[in-house]
Amino acid sequence: MSKIDLNERNVGSKEYIMVQEDTYPKTSWQEFKQVVKRSVKGELFTGLKITFKMMKEALFNKNMHTVQYPAEKLPITARFRGMHKLLALLESGDNRCISCGLCEKICISNCIRIDSRIDENSRKEVLDYYINLGRCIFCGYCAEVCPELAIVHGPRYEVAGEQRAHFIDMEDLLTPIDKLVSQKEYPGFGDISPNADERMKKTPLSY
Amino acid sequence: MESSLLIETAVKVLVVLLVFSALAGFTTYIERKVLAFMQRRLGPTNVGPFGLLQILCDGVKLFTKEDFIPSNAVKPVFMIAPIITAATAFIAMSAIPFFPEFDMFGYTVRPIIADINVGVLFVLGVAGIGLYGPLLAGMSSGNKWSLIGGARTAIQLLSYEVVSGLAILAPIMMVGSLSLIDINAYQGDNYWMIVYQPLAFILFLISGFAETNRTPFDLLEHEAEIVAGYATEYSGMRWGMFFIGEYANLFTISFLVSLLFLGGFNDLWFIPGGIAIVLKVMMLIFTFLWVRASWPHIRPDQLMWLCWKVLMPLCIINILITGFVMMYWSNL
Repeated sequence: MSKIDLNERNVGSKEYIMVQEDTYPKTSWQEFKQVVKRSVKGELFTGLKITFKMMKEALFNKNMHTVQYPAEKLPITARFRGMHKLLALLESGDNRCISCGLCEKICISNCIRIDSRIDENSRKEVLDYYINLGRCIFCGYCAEVCPELAIVHGPRYEVAGEQRAHFIDMEDLLTPIDKLVSQKEYPGFGDISPNADERMKKTPLSY
Repeated sequence: MESSLLIETAVKVLVVLLVFSALAGFTTYIERKVLAFMQRRLGPTNVGPFGLLQILCDGVKLFTKEDFIPSNAVKPVFMIAPIITAATAFIAMSAIPFFPEFDMFGYTVRPIIADINVGVLFVLGVAGIGLYGPLLAGMSSGNKWSLIGGARTAIQLLSYEVVSGLAILAPIMMVGSLSLIDINAYQGDNYWMIVYQPLAFILFLISGFAETNRTPFDLLEHEAEIVAGYATEYSGMRWGMFFIGEYANLFTISFLVSLLFLGGFNDLWFIPGGIAIVLKVMMLIFTFLWVRASWPHIRPDQLMWLCWKVLMPLCIINILITGFVMMYWSNL
């Protein structure tokens, strides 16, 4: 399916017909006449014809509607606002983020945390950038407020996890894996508990 | 001689039971596939090649589910109701000649379990007893939806018994026998019965839809209105028995229509009779599925209106015309 097809997929043929049937039969004779008229006109067979045509199209003209999801995916638009990405500078590969803390401040679900320090050149350097996706509501304020376009929304949308704690370590775009242990966040609803590691249980299927 | 007959009958019964239980499962797969294609979906694809093992999975699921009996249900009746449905569906098959006679290991096999001279009457009668399954299930479940489903069973099946009985009266008048083998032989000598009795064919097919609870008339388990009707409280194998009974009934009606109106197992041009009847039954079952994909349900009052004010008068007119034609043009 191309992009244009995707965007136009619910528009239809734009040839809508208003169905206004206010000629309901009043007497039983009119009712009988309506039934006879419909039987002779073969309205029932029109239905059969339509479903048969659908089957023919689906089987032989590749007009199947199903998208077999994990195997094939619909294309998403470039403006899709999925999981966050933390961008790097093109030349040096350094982090674009200047740890100004605006996203941290504006985040309405309070799920962003930045750890920073002042480096040798007396510039601010990001040590740890962390978004708790279990709390994030994908409002997009962080991306909107960022003066350096460092944090943006990416195309990834499969953010299901087996445990609440996994919403941290799946975000490897933001935080390098070796720094996950030292990760801190603000307390709040949806937060993982301090002893989450001990309380972590295997799901029943993997016993 | 006696013992050989016994063994032969037992083997036939076993074959019919096994083949049609398996076919019932397979028809659910076909039904899901056909319905899916007609809605431009794929149907089951993931389990096995083309999703064929879905049948097996469904079977395992049904067998391993809890056999749940509600506390307010009337237990013995509740437990016996699905058995009535399944049993009558298979008993009705005992008088149906499925194929022409054939030789196997030098022994002539007649693929009919009991060749009784009132075959049609027996099949319709036993299929009519099948109404006690849903009726008792609905009344014993202790559930309002089930009760409504049971009540609808009674009105629907009883009314359409009349139509189906009267519809095949005209062909039976022409053949002069109630035996399905005689009716089949008559169509071998003459044209197919549908040529002489097109109206009776349509009427019988409509009542067949009603008696097998297929879609335009499946008011007894109308999902949108009464949850699952009489089967609401059933689970596991008991529900599976209703299911198997329903699909076995579907096959019974399809065989009956083929035998009565579509030439039965007589040879068709170059096609041998055994294959011809299988093709006819397959075509009829596809029609049942096709109609399910296309047509909406009707209301119970429309159902009754159709039965008593349209179909039954048409049946009687058909019988009268057939009778007069037979009286005055006796060469028919």
